[in-house]
Amino acid sequence: MNERKLMSGNEATAEGAIAVGCRYFFGYPITPQNKIPEYMSEHLPEVGGVYVQAESEVAAINMVYGAASTGAYVMTTSSSPGISLMQEGLSYMIGSELPGVVVNMVRGGPGLGNIGPAQSDYWLATRGAGHGDGRCLTFAPFSVQELYDWTGRSFTIAQTYRNPVMILADAVLANMIEPCRMHERREHPKQPPDWAVGGVREGRPRHIINSLYVDLPEEEQVNLRIARRYEQAATEEVHFAEYGHEEPQILVCAYGISARICQTAVQRATEAGVPTRLVRPISLFPFPTDIIAQWADRVAKILVVELSMGQFVEDVRLAVEGRCPVELMSRTGGMMMMPEEVTDRIVQMAQSD
Amino acid sequence: MSAPITEHAKALYIYPDSLTETRMRYCPGCTHGIAHRLIAEVIDELGIRDRTLAIATVGCSVFAYEYFNTDAVQAAHGRGPAVATGIKRTRPDTIVFTYQGDGDLASIGLAEVMHAAARAENFTVIFINNAVFGMTQGQMAPTTLMGQKTTTTPRGRTVEQGGYPLNICELLAAIPGVAYLARETMTSPKYVRAAKRSIKKAFQAQMQQLGFSLVELVSSCPTWWRMKPLEAFAHIEQNMLPQYPLKVFVDKAAAGKEERS
Repeated sequence: MNERKLMSGNEATAEGAIAVGCRYFFGYPITPQNKIPEYMSEHLPEVGGVYVQAESEVAAINMVYGAASTGAYVMTTSSSPGISLMQEGLSYMIGSELPGVVVNMVRGGPGLGNIGPAQSDYWLATRGAGHGDGRCLTFAPFSVQELYDWTGRSFTIAQTYRNPVMILADAVLANMIEPCRMHERREHPKQPPDWAVGGVREGRPRHIINSLYVDLPEEEQVNLRIARRYEQAATEEVHFAEYGHEEPQILVCAYGISARICQTAVQRATEAGVPTRLVRPISLFPFPTDIIAQWADRVAKILVVELSMGQFVEDVRLAVEGRCPVELMSRTGGMMMMPEEVTDRIVQMAQSD
Repeated sequence: MSAPITEHAKALYIYPDSLTETRMRYCPGCTHGIAHRLIAEVIDELGIRDRTLAIATVGCSVFAYEYFNTDAVQAAHGRGPAVATGIKRTRPDTIVFTYQGDGDLASIGLAEVMHAAARAENFTVIFINNAVFGMTQGQMAPTTLMGQKTTTTPRGRTVEQGGYPLNICELLAAIPGVAYLARETMTSPKYVRAAKRSIKKAFQAQMQQLGFSLVELVSSCPTWWRMKPLEAFAHIEQNMLPQYPLKVFVDKAAAGKEERS
């Protein structure tokens, strides 16, 4: 097929899931991601799939938990307040070692906030996943094409690591319209994974999906197994992109929609005489620590640009480990910075040495 | 020498295939054991063990996945009906039941059970109502009787402090998606037989894809009622059944037969 089509980020997210075989969607309406459940309710029945509108995000994530137990390619999508409600279910999925895909089209907060773009769920995505010793593998696309591609990839990553994957985007990415190249829709995998429930018919022993381990050493072993999967992901699923000058004075770090703004800003700063480079993490957990550490040895300063009051910057500082100064440029509450503001800040940083 | 007696005897009481031999953690005099056995007997009689999934929830029955000899999924507190929905929508060829106490179903999970019923989801709920939070050591539940002393109603439940008991079957009876709905108890052989009949009908309603089915079992908790087992049974009959009368509320299969005849 390889069809190229103009579509919104929400539509690309939904189609990207269907295209890799996702046939089960459970969700609850919340702006700015409503086009995803609408798209699923329209297109999943065409391919023999199931769309269920849950009574709440709490129910939606637990429906995902149930569907995931059978080995299904299953997804839910929401926005910040709804993702808060899903934290319990995500923790149970991690504890029960279940795969699944969750998309968060982040909006302004805290509280009910607004439906503007924000990146203030960085901690919720990368540290969150409710209580206990587990996390979501988290990826941050920055275009409609990447929403399509990464939503698709998330299903195999989730199955490989038996852990939920979160796609972290925002209100702008959800609603912007760009060309998107699509591949043909694939079928749902025929064979369920060897751990899935579905009845003891085949003469196999019982399968149990469970996160209760009253024996403390056993729980520790489970947590160590989960931690080893994260270590494995850190060697296999670290993704980032780089743009700009090969010998930069200033390094800019930004992800998602902020990185789109910074692409322009970095180019203009370089043109204005300050060699600047952008490192854009695509995987937020596992975090591309090494590339940032390497640049930290070679640049004068690092500027972190994010749509929150300093969440992503902490991971950058952990990677930098004091090798160079790290400054933060934020907007919050649904507001965004202009590329020229970022350029000015880069030039100021270069001059204030 | 005469033949051994077993050659002529008909087995009246055998250990169900659908129960594992794991030793249960329930207290003496608790009716969870009877309820488990009745469900296991029904699964055996219907010949569905190899496609049945048990959903264990949170409460004293949290280890149900160790007791039922089927595939099993442990669900978060109150979320059993949502988990069952996810399973049944992806694997409609399976038979799914949740096993939920009154804290799990009537308190934290009220939304999930009501909406599963409203969507006419094809699974079965076994609802154990003993009017108290058992596993957390005897606190008030939504189904706690007026005046009943619990560890959080030390002077007895009052309307001012804890409101009124919640009658789940009466709420569900108003929902068209419900295919089978009954309240039973297990304090005498007669009641136990009736309870088993209702559990079987609930599973059959699911097998016929008629919609949502639920059997409430008015149950005992001698430990947190601070009663001897027989006193607990007397308490059920004297005090709980007036609040929670035994009744078949909905039986769509039977109603269908009447319409056809």
